[in-house]
Amino acid sequence: MTTVLRVIEPGLLTTVQDLGRPHAIAAGVQPGGAMDRFAHRAANLMVGNPEGDATLECTLTGPQMVAAHSCLVAITGADLDPSVNGQAAPMWTGIFLGQGDRLTFGGRRSGGRAYIAIAGGIEADSWLGSASTNLLAARGGMHGRNLKAGDQISTSRQATRPAVSGHHLIESLRPQYFDHTLFAIAGPHVKRLDSQGRGLLFGATFKVSREADRMGYRLDGPRLATSGEELLSFGLTAGAVQVPHGGQPILLMADHQTAGGYPVVATVVSASMPVAGQLIPGDELHFQEVTLERARQMRLALAAALDTLR
Amino acid sequence: MPPPPSTRPAPRVRIHPLGDTALLAELGTRLDTALNTRAIALAAALKKRRDVRQAVAGYTGVTVHFDPDQTTPDVLGAAIKRLAAKRPPMAEPGRLHRIPVVYEGPDLEEVAARLNLSPARIVELHSMPIYRVFLVGFVPGWAYLGPLPEELELPRRHVPRTQVPAGSVAIAARQTGIYPLPTPGGWHLIGRTSVKLFLPDSDPPSLFRAGDRVKFFAAKS
Repeated sequence: MTTVLRVIEPGLLTTVQDLGRPHAIAAGVQPGGAMDRFAHRAANLMVGNPEGDATLECTLTGPQMVAAHSCLVAITGADLDPSVNGQAAPMWTGIFLGQGDRLTFGGRRSGGRAYIAIAGGIEADSWLGSASTNLLAARGGMHGRNLKAGDQISTSRQATRPAVSGHHLIESLRPQYFDHTLFAIAGPHVKRLDSQGRGLLFGATFKVSREADRMGYRLDGPRLATSGEELLSFGLTAGAVQVPHGGQPILLMADHQTAGGYPVVATVVSASMPVAGQLIPGDELHFQEVTLERARQMRLALAAALDTLR
Repeated sequence: MPPPPSTRPAPRVRIHPLGDTALLAELGTRLDTALNTRAIALAAALKKRRDVRQAVAGYTGVTVHFDPDQTTPDVLGAAIKRLAAKRPPMAEPGRLHRIPVVYEGPDLEEVAARLNLSPARIVELHSMPIYRVFLVGFVPGWAYLGPLPEELELPRRHVPRTQVPAGSVAIAARQTGIYPLPTPGGWHLIGRTSVKLFLPDSDPPSLFRAGDRVKFFAAKS
């Protein structure tokens, strides 16, 4: 449709993401999608898009872009210090960019991934039912790759609602990403940990290692010893905490391998995955065990926060 | 002709939560074709439910992703137990793929030496069975095939390779498989094939599907 943004600098890793392709996991394709789906959905709702529209996921450093056409955008997620024409731009709020306006980002203040939604969506390659970028298969999004200088971002359709700026998430509902408590439910193989291991899993502080990307995070910290025979491979899910030989846990994220045979000792609940999706190497975190009922309440609270934007 | 009555009792199902939006239904823990057939049938039955977003069969169980607004793990778990207790439909024989392999992998000699067999005997043993696709997953297009003849059983390499070329035919434990993409890997590489396993422009994008059968044959380089 209309070209609305031109990319001057792409940022460290900026990709097109939506809610992923969960049906493709049966063929071994990673589900993909936004790492922080609360921020992704909120950004879309603030500009009047369906919550599953494609957004730009900006990792650690934001892009620099110039508006080729006036457009309504919203920036959510990590605070990467956004500015329009050098003036600080509000986050978690729909804002207008006029033709020629320059959207830039300064330094990172919190979180790891910011999301930019554009009213009318983002024109992107669809692959297996999703616009999410799969870098391994080089499919989806911006031709299967991250953004680069010179790319043009177009809307995917005419906006169906009048563009209104100022639509925002109230302050008290905005995630801060400073509390890295990840609420989790004990996993299918938690009994393979000894009592000390279980205590460490739900008590110790772990740190996201340098081996951390959209597939998952290897966690530094105490080693978790597991016992028992090798498992036969089974289907995995984002949020699963796997413990391979050697005992260094791995938290699986949006582009996780679809199957594996390492013990899964815990699974982070859906309401904590947005926070998990904002972690970067060096961040400390800890797992706190919760009941399914508590997980449900947390999930409903996030849904209610998004409902304030509808 | 009616199918013969099943001689195996319905397996006991164990349901484990995987967070608040998925669960793992385990039918057993042994590498067993009958269990895998049941797992594939159970996954197919679960996919038809409105509260199920996706069901993926593993070797001996099913990972079920569900919509937490439509069901609870307890309700879904009870439904899974009812479904698993039913006799599975007669398993379709599965499609048969014949895959040419050039048996010149970098580990062929070493595998032969460790197993005290000649390379020619390795090739003969590897290309003899009709393997079953137990599970598609791990990376796009990867399929776990087996069971491998006992004579070829070896643990994985101590130090995995950081990069295995696409098309490498490999063995480990009682399994065999083909690397669909260049990825790290710890299996023993005994050959290569030009057949493409990952078909990004098809849907599903994997040549093999769970329950398919695969026969390798030796081809000239």
